[in-house]
Amino acid sequence: MENPFGKIATLEKAMEFFHDGMTLMFGGFGGVGTPPGLIDGILEKGIRNLTLIGNDTGFPHIGIGKLVSQERAKKVIASHIGSNPFAGQFMHEGKLEVEFSPQGILAERIRAGGVGLPGILSDIGKDIELVAGDKQRVVLNGKEYLVEEALTAEVSIVFAKKADEYGNLIYDKSARNTNPLVAMAGTITIAEVEEIVPLGTLDAEEIITPGVFVDYIIPTKGVNWKWAWE
Amino acid sequence: MGVDIRNKLAKRAAEEIQNGMVVNLGIGIPSLVPNHLKKGVNVIFHAENGITGMGQSPIKGEEDKNLCNAGGFPVTLNIGGSYCDSAVSFGMIRSGKIDITILGSLQVSQKGDLANWIVPGKKVPGMGGAMELAQKAKKVIVLMNHCDKHGRSKIVKECTMPLTSRECVDLIITELAVFQVTEEGLLLTEIFAQGNLEDVVNKTQCEFAISENLKEIPY
Repeated sequence: MENPFGKIATLEKAMEFFHDGMTLMFGGFGGVGTPPGLIDGILEKGIRNLTLIGNDTGFPHIGIGKLVSQERAKKVIASHIGSNPFAGQFMHEGKLEVEFSPQGILAERIRAGGVGLPGILSDIGKDIELVAGDKQRVVLNGKEYLVEEALTAEVSIVFAKKADEYGNLIYDKSARNTNPLVAMAGTITIAEVEEIVPLGTLDAEEIITPGVFVDYIIPTKGVNWKWAWE
Repeated sequence: MGVDIRNKLAKRAAEEIQNGMVVNLGIGIPSLVPNHLKKGVNVIFHAENGITGMGQSPIKGEEDKNLCNAGGFPVTLNIGGSYCDSAVSFGMIRSGKIDITILGSLQVSQKGDLANWIVPGKKVPGMGGAMELAQKAKKVIVLMNHCDKHGRSKIVKECTMPLTSRECVDLIITELAVFQVTEEGLLLTEIFAQGNLEDVVNKTQCEFAISENLKEIPY
């Protein structure tokens, strides 16, 4: 495989971008669409005190859940932690800070971060204390909205079905979920992919994430966990 | 709740679904609703994780790890179905494209307030997509036990548990009865067979009106 843009990399190279205390955004929904090789790489490198941003905290042995259950995170921004009992336990013990954001608003905050907007206006949960808190309020055309701040990260990690040499990505079915949004919101975005194909192989009409958002592409060895339904 | 009762609630909820509707189902009893749709009723099932036109569970051995519902269980895609990212999926919800959402709940108030995301002192799973669905779906149906495991009514004057969304519930279906949430408060419209009005009154914490056309559900 040619590497005309220098984006095709090894896991070892990708690991240079990870350090203690960093902000990490991850694609995936209940572990579906979360890059397994990068998660293991982070574990093996011993990275700690992460601020994790993503849909949920996976399951204890699945997806981002591995980092949470092995106490690598100090904070998560997510919509749901119910499938990973460690997240709830550490939160109650004061070891893990959790910021809850309604799922679609979280997605939009990530999208906003990725498309150069400072935030969004939302009426979701504006009369619910646990969402509204002391967030700024704005009146637009007579209606009041919460200002929901955009989210970005030092590194975003995503899982895709195919990448070409430029990092144009297509995803697989419901494993797409938050990945196209997360891919846009990282200062550095690393895509772990099932297949790397030559330029021109992907149908330009089918590309979901333009390669301009992707800095590095690494091949995956595939999911190495057992799903809850298996 | 036994299987028969769960199916009873799901069957009654399925009667609310009309041909061509876009429907989002919560986990638990709501997931049984598709089994009770009448023949010829075509429904577009929506899943928050980016599936429009979600189909049934695959047969064992044919699961696809990258095709799951929002609860993480394998599903299939119906003909004409599509995938999208989470922002688009919730765009459908917030812009009012979901005709019905069917959810479970811990408490519902007489005004239709929904409390289904935190058990104080016990569990804080997070709201997931429930706030958006409750606030923005055209019709919100709650399927739940009438009382909690301590025998306390889950239909209440004011919710004591943290709210998911205010004044959002349209219909409450329990193993005893069906209530509509109206601007004047709750209206009892149906009682399940083998139940009686006195029982419903005794087990419901708040006051409610009784429909002039109070019906008995035969199953």
